[in-house]
Amino acid sequence: MAENKRSKLLEVRGLTMDFGGLRAIDSVDLDIFAGEIVALIGPNGAGKTTFFNCVTGIYEPTAGDVLIHPPGGVSRRINGMKPNRITALGMARTFQNIRLFPAMTVLENVMIGRHCRTATTIIDAILRSRRAVREERETVDQSYRLLEKVGLADSADEFARNLAYGAQRRLEIARALATDPFLLLLDEPAAGMNPQETSELDELIVRIRAEEQLAILLIEHDMKLVMNISDRIYVMEYGKEIAQGTPREIKENKKVIEAYLGEEVHA
Amino acid sequence: MAHLKRSFGIGLWFMFLTLPLVVVRVNTLSQEVQWRWSNLLWVGVGAFAIAWFWQFSINRRAAGRASTVADKPSLAQRLADDPVLSRRVLLGAAAVAIVFPWLVSTGQNFYHVNVMVSALIFVVLGLGLNITVGLAGLLDLGYIAFFAVGAYTYALLSKNFDLGFWTCLPLGGLMGMLFGVILGFPILRLRGDYLAIVTLGFGAITKIVLENWDTLFGGAAGLANIPRPELFGLLLDGRQKSVYSYYIVLALVALTIFVTNRLKNSRIGHAWMALREDEIASVAMGVDMARTKLSAYALGAFWAGLVGVVFAAHNNFINPDSFTFMDSAMVLAMVVLGGMGSILGVIIAALALKLLPEYLRAFAEYRMLVFGAVMVLMMIFRPQGLISDTRRKYDYDGADGANGEGDHGGK
Amino acid sequence: MDFQYLFELLCGGIVKGSIYALIALGYTMVYGIIQLINFAHGEVYMIGAFVAFIVAGVMTLSGYSGLTVLLLAAVVAVIYSAAYGYTLEKIAYRPLRNAPRLSPLISAIGASIFLMNYVQLAQTPDFLPFPELVPEFEFMAPIERYLSSADLVILIVTTLTMAALTVLIKYTRIGKAMRATQQDLVMARLVGINVDRVISATFIIGSVLAAIAGVLIASRTGQINAAIGFVAGIKAFTAAVLGGIGNVPGAVLGGLVLGIAETLGAGYISSAYEDVFAFALLVLILILRPAGLLGKAVKQKV
Ligand SMILES: Nc1ncnc2c1ncn2[C@@H]1O[C@H](COP(=O)(O)OP(=O)(O)OP(=O)(O)O)[C@@H](O)[C@H]1O
Ligand SMILES: [Mg+2]
Repeated sequence: MAENKRSKLLEVRGLTMDFGGLRAIDSVDLDIFAGEIVALIGPNGAGKTTFFNCVTGIYEPTAGDVLIHPPGGVSRRINGMKPNRITALGMARTFQNIRLFPAMTVLENVMIGRHCRTATTIIDAILRSRRAVREERETVDQSYRLLEKVGLADSADEFARNLAYGAQRRLEIARALATDPFLLLLDEPAAGMNPQETSELDELIVRIRAEEQLAILLIEHDMKLVMNISDRIYVMEYGKEIAQGTPREIKENKKVIEAYLGEEVHA
Repeated sequence: MAHLKRSFGIGLWFMFLTLPLVVVRVNTLSQEVQWRWSNLLWVGVGAFAIAWFWQFSINRRAAGRASTVADKPSLAQRLADDPVLSRRVLLGAAAVAIVFPWLVSTGQNFYHVNVMVSALIFVVLGLGLNITVGLAGLLDLGYIAFFAVGAYTYALLSKNFDLGFWTCLPLGGLMGMLFGVILGFPILRLRGDYLAIVTLGFGAITKIVLENWDTLFGGAAGLANIPRPELFGLLLDGRQKSVYSYYIVLALVALTIFVTNRLKNSRIGHAWMALREDEIASVAMGVDMARTKLSAYALGAFWAGLVGVVFAAHNNFINPDSFTFMDSAMVLAMVVLGGMGSILGVIIAALALKLLPEYLRAFAEYRMLVFGAVMVLMMIFRPQGLISDTRRKYDYDGADGANGEGDHGGK
Repeated sequence: MDFQYLFELLCGGIVKGSIYALIALGYTMVYGIIQLINFAHGEVYMIGAFVAFIVAGVMTLSGYSGLTVLLLAAVVAVIYSAAYGYTLEKIAYRPLRNAPRLSPLISAIGASIFLMNYVQLAQTPDFLPFPELVPEFEFMAPIERYLSSADLVILIVTTLTMAALTVLIKYTRIGKAMRATQQDLVMARLVGINVDRVISATFIIGSVLAAIAGVLIASRTGQINAAIGFVAGIKAFTAAVLGGIGNVPGAVLGGLVLGIAETLGAGYISSAYEDVFAFALLVLILILRPAGLLGKAVKQKV
């Protein structure tokens, strides 16, 4: 295995999340190493999105540890940390049910991603200090660059709400990338896309990994996409982790086939 | 035809609804019952007409949704996109504003100047609340309390410590801001609707305290003999004083516009708007919710405090009656009517809402009735307000990253 | 310590609290279903009181008096409040069902301002004396100090109303549909519940309760004006939040707690600051326990 050669970025141990009486995640372990694309799959309601929410600070897990080891930074346990701090530490995400800022332009949506990487204060902004002007220019340039990468540069001045569905998903990715993450978490990025768009997304994700040098954890129901691009796959069912391994291993795993009975695993 | 029939039914329904309140009046003193049947007729006819128009508008709105007419460039957007034109309009407006007092006032008659001063005070309030509600989406129903903080700060400081207007002006703003921070700190993590109620409560508490703490705030009678703004120790007559107040508040308006405009398109302004649009997405993108909300809330309070000082100085005396929920509601109506986040819209709305009742006395009586209706109707038919917020466009010249100054637009 | 005084205050608090509870129920039921603070609910209550005043006034001047007048006034008030609540929802809230979350709230504030000023213009901005309609029951004389005849009527009526409401929610078709809609509006619609009807019914029921409260309070305090809805509205909302908004028993508990807290505060500290206690309680509860006394903390689904 290549694991020991690469540095570990995210380490989740025994993660558990309860909602009232419902155990949505039941002591799940998961690791992500530098440069990997890892998929998290499982039937509806398995707890995948909840897992994301626990890792990114939207929910505070009931039990377990979420540890991060940013490249070149200090390792730390991030349970219960505020989402914005976690983002600042280098993990960014997209949402299953798209959450853009509808009444802001496409470019402004991406610029928000730069918020935690810039430091212009209110005073700076009022006086248009040198820092404000410089940071604004950098923010605009980087945001444009990201929009070009996801193919949205032409719609930069449109309102985000006017984008087509597939474009909105790509905009969410660009916005997340703007935060300079070392780990990108994508929640069903292909949901609602047609086959053409999905295959473009496939390329986009692989390209992002190469160009931005980050690792990607993605939740996805589109098995073709998952099998195509992931290095490793984790499978969840009813909050429990039932399997992990390479795409080939997963394809042949009995438990996984059972869990997915009725859905197509063959792809 | 179906429309007409429905409208007729609605007309009848409203005649039924208003029957006891609009027709019957029991005079308990003279022990008489007044029957005002003619009113019922008016209600019926009015409701019929409005119902007919309403259905027409709702249909149009539904059609408009489908084709997103709302996103066609508005007049304001075109103005903002054309720097030359917008500069000209701005200069023109500034020129009119500057010569205004000399056009409308003569030696003894400076009524119009005074009216304009109160209107401009509300323009500043509207622009301040626009930061909190319009940009950051924090529904503040007790905004007028910060105005009161500024006004009482000046009244007390000038009375007890003999501090002058110009010293107190920034102090009033800072006091407003301080109160904003103190109140905002615990409550800003509340959900939007709870925040609305709590701020409403704060507004009410402020008024009760002002009314009951006689020794400090003068109780319901308020505080009198507040000094006017001083001008290098010159003695000014009545008209000159008003004109002087006018220029002071005009300068404040200009300052507010300048600052809001700078902030709106800045890092912090974007963060405010993002929070308004979607809190969870914002924090997930690295926006510090507590700090960002607090800054919007405190900054809004700052303007109210600042202009509260001017209000106290211009009026000579203040009492709690100037700081009721209806005043908060009026400022909110300005922001809603003008268009959340839209500077130009809020200015126009504030002037309209203050000046119309002043000059149309018949309207004055129905003022709050109309404001209430306007708030409902705007939300239904034109939630973006009269003048929808414009977005600035940024230049980008390609890969070398040499983008233009990008300072135009937005102004 | 003067226990008699304390007891007196407690009784007053319970009477007051039971009325807050009646109004609070309207807030809580509407909130439970469409997550909207119906700002204009206090105005519906005020309109109930005004209609009752008008009916009672006309009848008193025609020579009738006593409990029959009160009953008739209450019935007409209930009908009118229900009609206003129903119309309010149709005009101010229904078109905004899918709008951004601030829009219905602003619309509600607008509606509240509109209704308050409408009554002010159609009637009067001044205080009006509400006729005394509850006779002095003789058997109440010994404990008059703690509980007047009007108070007794209030307690009986609120208890009966709440019992009726419980039966309605628990056992009737519409009650079941309401509970289903409260659980999950989309799901309720999918299983064939007419959600629009349920929402209308909720507004009507809430308005009926508010009207009853309006009549009771008016006959107790003996005066009304167009602004009473505003303060009562905030107080009742406080009660609803205190108990846990969306939670029906919570609204009753919240109303009682608020009524008692307020009366004690007014009795022992200062009556001028009576309203301040209510607001302070609201702020405290929202900061310390936003889910309220009986509410469960729910995490927003992301
Ligand atoms: N905030 C919440 N409160 C209560 N229960 C929740 C909450 N969020 C999720 N759940 C429950 O937790 C379980 C897991 O949900 P989750 O959204 O994580 O599933 P998922 O694997 O992402 O499913 P899908 O593929 O449909 O997106 C579900 O039963 C869901 O109802
Ligand atoms: Mg999910």
